[in-house]
Amino acid sequence: MGEGRQVGKEAKVRAVLCTVIGIGVAAYVLFPFYLVVLNAFKAQSSIVENPISFAGTSFKQLITNLNAVITNSNFNFWYAFGTSAVITVISLVLLALFGAMAAWVISRNNRKKWSAAIYMVFIASMIIPFQVVMLPLISTFRDVGKFIGISMLQSIPGIVFAYCGFGGAMTVFILAGFIKGVPYDLEEAASIDGCSPEGTFFRVIFPLLTPVITTVTILNGMWIWNDYLLPSLMLGQNGKVKTLPVAVQAFVGSYVKQWDLILTAALLAILPMIIIFLIAQKQIMSGMIEGAVKG
Amino acid sequence: MESVGKKVLSIGILLAGIAMLIAALAMDFTGSESTARGPLLVIGIIVFFVGLYLFPTLKHHRKIVYFIFLFPLLFTFVVTVIIPLVLGICYSFTDWTGIKFTQVVGFQNYIAMFKDPSFIWSILITFIFVALNMVLVNLVAFLLALLCTSGLKGGGFFRASYFLPNLIGGIVLGYIWQFVFNNVLNSLTGNVSMLVKTHTALFAIVIVYIWQYAGYIMLIYITGLTQIPGDVLEAAKIDGATPIQTLFQVKIPMIASTFTICTFLTLTSAFKQFDVNMALTNGTGSVPDFMGSYLTNGTQMLALNIYNTAISKNSYALGQAKAVLFFIILAVVSLIQVRISNRKEVEL
Repeated sequence: MGEGRQVGKEAKVRAVLCTVIGIGVAAYVLFPFYLVVLNAFKAQSSIVENPISFAGTSFKQLITNLNAVITNSNFNFWYAFGTSAVITVISLVLLALFGAMAAWVISRNNRKKWSAAIYMVFIASMIIPFQVVMLPLISTFRDVGKFIGISMLQSIPGIVFAYCGFGGAMTVFILAGFIKGVPYDLEEAASIDGCSPEGTFFRVIFPLLTPVITTVTILNGMWIWNDYLLPSLMLGQNGKVKTLPVAVQAFVGSYVKQWDLILTAALLAILPMIIIFLIAQKQIMSGMIEGAVKG
Repeated sequence: MESVGKKVLSIGILLAGIAMLIAALAMDFTGSESTARGPLLVIGIIVFFVGLYLFPTLKHHRKIVYFIFLFPLLFTFVVTVIIPLVLGICYSFTDWTGIKFTQVVGFQNYIAMFKDPSFIWSILITFIFVALNMVLVNLVAFLLALLCTSGLKGGGFFRASYFLPNLIGGIVLGYIWQFVFNNVLNSLTGNVSMLVKTHTALFAIVIVYIWQYAGYIMLIYITGLTQIPGDVLEAAKIDGATPIQTLFQVKIPMIASTFTICTFLTLTSAFKQFDVNMALTNGTGSVPDFMGSYLTNGTQMLALNIYNTAISKNSYALGQAKAVLFFIILAVVSLIQVRISNRKEVEL
């Protein structure tokens, strides 16, 4: 009896200790976010005076800051947000569709040499760092654009094209791994019923891929939405078309130490992602885990 | 009869597509500035594929579908990855300016970069940074995973908040932390921001990196830990193993493959670190004496060094040569890591 009570007590102490440490770490992790939100409510003078205290916060100041940031010609928030959203959504749809199509062809022909070779090249290419292709990529895209008369740099179609190319390997890898597990009998049954190969794919296989396409879309989406280097190189720092990260960089570059504006801009930049995370927390976390374990 | 009609139709469409392609290409080669040539080319390709798809052949239809399905992704992949990679390796042996090159210079770019102390410094701090991060991120992440799986109440909330920084792009993160270091933590560090001095600034980048990445790695460790069968832990408990013994002799060996994944992820991502480096310090920081020269790029890691060499200093060929070396180092280091981990996994 006595021993049991002691064990119970020990467990309780441990649980309290764990909770205390857990809250401590959470406070540390969330502290920078707290600072961003808090100081978006302040004017520059009270930020510099004391960045941690509530003194000087007001909704009126938040509105003033938001107004200053949103109407700023260097930041152009709504335009940058729209550009980022359009690029991300189109790239994700195309990657899911083309990726599934290619993955299906590759995994249904995996005994053939050409299919195995394409698959190997895709896997090997995943280790290629962006830095080694970025400079020739720009010159290639410039030349191709000049040749065909459609600008590939400083244009949304060009950047979507690039994301399809860069995201392709990982997308095919994860999707092909899943399709290999889909029984071939399903397709044979459909084809005996007179279904064409493309009909089989779109009516039988594609609907089965929903969970793994969710995973792929989350992985690609996080990367494309937050990516800075590719759009900054392709679109240029001072070009007309800007994604959100490029706009933040351009904005901060022109307002050194104007923390009221910089932190309000940071708040606007992180808000969309945090809202999406709050809605689809479970899917995002499990998608990230699956991507890592399979990749 | 019907199939003949279909055949004629599909061949007609095919030919129309080819005609459009030829017309567009002819305009390109003759240097016509007509704005119609781009759209004509794109429409020509689409029409060509439609004709190909409609071609009434039972024998080859499957092959045609396979080709059409593979084409879009493979084409974008070749144009954005394979062609630039091959060109890039070639350009690194020339005096390429980002637009054109006039002569092949052999290994001159490669020799030049090894004579540059600031580049050697970048390699050095990148290796230190990667080594530190591999140890610290994994340690922190593993401890957090143990914390979250030890019956912590409200585990979902803690997991989500630890993971939160990973959602935000490095550029925005970098500026937020610049504010934290310059305006909030400076009172703790004697009114001098950590970002001013080179060695403390490097430490600051490590702090931000752990903050950003540990939550993600923690999730993977949690998955590994929760996959350990309950009866194994039960058996250890009955045998009288202390929690510490269970940890080192049961849990850690059983999730060896998770360690492999996590070290690989931290290794490659720390190596390619760019955004935070750029936003936090932009590579600045003085080094009084390194290989006999004064450096101003104290916190500039490899990826940023490559970017600055090409874009800011406009030395494209040199930057490209550095990038090729970067690729080789990354490939070799990750191969070694995978090999070592696999051997360790077998031993355990």
